[in-house]
Amino acid sequence: MIEVRWHGRGGQGAKTASHVLAVAYLKEDKSVQAFPEYGPERSGAPMLAYTRVDDRPIRRHCAVTQPDVVVVLDPSLTREVPVTSGLKSEGRILLNVVDAGEAGEVARTYPGQVLGVSADQLAKEAGTRFPNVVLLGAYAGWVGTPSLAHMEEALIEVMGHLPAKAKDASVRAMAAGYAAGERGRANG
Amino acid sequence: MAKTMLGVEVLTGGEATAHAMRQIRPDVVPIYPITPQTPIIQTFSRFVADGKVDTVLLQVESEHSAMSAAVGAALAGARTMTATASQGLALMVEIIYIASGLRAPIVMAVGNRALSAPINIHGDHSDGMLARDSGAVQIYAENAQEAYDLMVMAPRIAEHPAVLLPVLVGQDGFSVTHSAENVALLRDEEVQDFVGPYEIPYPLLGGRPSSQGLFAMPDAYYEIKVRQILALEAAEQVFADTARAYALRFGRHLGAIEPYRMDDAERAIVLIGSTAGTAKDVVDELRERGEKVGLVVLRLFRPFPHQALADALGGVARVAVLDRATAPGTFPPLFADIRAGYQGSAELRSYVYGLGGRDTAPQDIEKVYAELRQPAKGGIRYLGLTGEDQHGES
Repeated sequence: MIEVRWHGRGGQGAKTASHVLAVAYLKEDKSVQAFPEYGPERSGAPMLAYTRVDDRPIRRHCAVTQPDVVVVLDPSLTREVPVTSGLKSEGRILLNVVDAGEAGEVARTYPGQVLGVSADQLAKEAGTRFPNVVLLGAYAGWVGTPSLAHMEEALIEVMGHLPAKAKDASVRAMAAGYAAGERGRANG
Repeated sequence: MAKTMLGVEVLTGGEATAHAMRQIRPDVVPIYPITPQTPIIQTFSRFVADGKVDTVLLQVESEHSAMSAAVGAALAGARTMTATASQGLALMVEIIYIASGLRAPIVMAVGNRALSAPINIHGDHSDGMLARDSGAVQIYAENAQEAYDLMVMAPRIAEHPAVLLPVLVGQDGFSVTHSAENVALLRDEEVQDFVGPYEIPYPLLGGRPSSQGLFAMPDAYYEIKVRQILALEAAEQVFADTARAYALRFGRHLGAIEPYRMDDAERAIVLIGSTAGTAKDVVDELRERGEKVGLVVLRLFRPFPHQALADALGGVARVAVLDRATAPGTFPPLFADIRAGYQGSAELRSYVYGLGGRDTAPQDIEKVYAELRQPAKGGIRYLGLTGEDQHGES
């Protein structure tokens, strides 16, 4: 089983990202679960969402306490929230960074793999303001699954209600993230 | 089989339930929103707005009114459904007793949630247990797929001529209502065919004049109540028949209880709801280590399947009954029911867990199985308490 924890701020799309990843893995015949952690819901407040993926049916409904992968949607969160808490030491953390130094700071204390991606910048270049789609692409490129094609299909399904222009921008942003993730994988 | 199923989708328990409602096509759905039931009504309202189902949605000013409207609609001859949770269910309870007494076969989804105070939006079974003696059938789902399947089964149980009672289909707040998982939906026409037309003996709008909601003096009230009780008892067989019909047609069997690896079990847990999935994972792990442990999951809570549960417990030596609700001043509801009807030789122990959404991790379940090796401490054990409160266990 792979367990992913998403750190975001209310309104940034962490819940949507957890769901898109689940739908993409479903397309690869996996058993999936996606759920946010609900508390007092405020725009901008730190929040958590989770994705579980397995080859066997997922039955447990308890919290994810020792994730394999952590994805951080907002650069400022690493200073506010213990983002590596419980993260398996042989796991990985994917960070939205403003500059590469931020990823280095996390890498100093966390023994697993660390990848920083300028998700805000890449999103902006693609014509969207949401870093979640960039990080979904980066996840696929870095982890190696699910495929970019399945991730795109999942994105379009989940965001089916958006106008075509927004969907196109999201697909471009996801592709840019995927390329950044692949580079991260090549660099080990 | 393939023809009856659509592909697998990623849906929350709330969304899956709304799909079941859309496919059942109820005539009337009176609604009042409350977390964590809201995604059910929100999704269903969207289906109505998009013209995917032609239900009359009645937006009322409280859950008390929602249930009152549901009683009127169901007795008039309309297939009627609603959904609620927590304080909403508490407010409905007065009228659920009336729905049962008037034999109104209303189907309602419940996103099970703690009761105030303190205010808490998360999952436990306190709300369902408040409605325990209302005369309604109560069924609980383990996951989103079961929430869907049980909702499709519910109208046949509620509307069966031997039953004619409300049916509450519970799913744990957030861990099922808001958790997106693999769900296989049936085809719309398959659901409609399985559910069939809505038929009750004396619909107010049925052309055969009748009076309902009458006054009953001491010479009649008692007989009417006993007939109502017998009807609820009859629902056990109707549930079993419906589950069998559903399994024959769609391949998924949801019995009143689900024994899990109980065949040669020496220690067992009995519980209701979404923690069953977590417990199954723990049972598998312990079995791999050679421990003879098992699990019994209860889906049908009212009427209580005493015999089926006793059969499932078989020759087990020690049983921990896990309640996600309390009955302050005495033992919690599931434990009390089991103890009242069980005549086997197993030693029964009472645990409370998961109140107000407190997470129940695999380690908590493991701890229960480990404690079952030790002599009983008596009283009620409170699983998952933190800090100094854990020493306050009675």
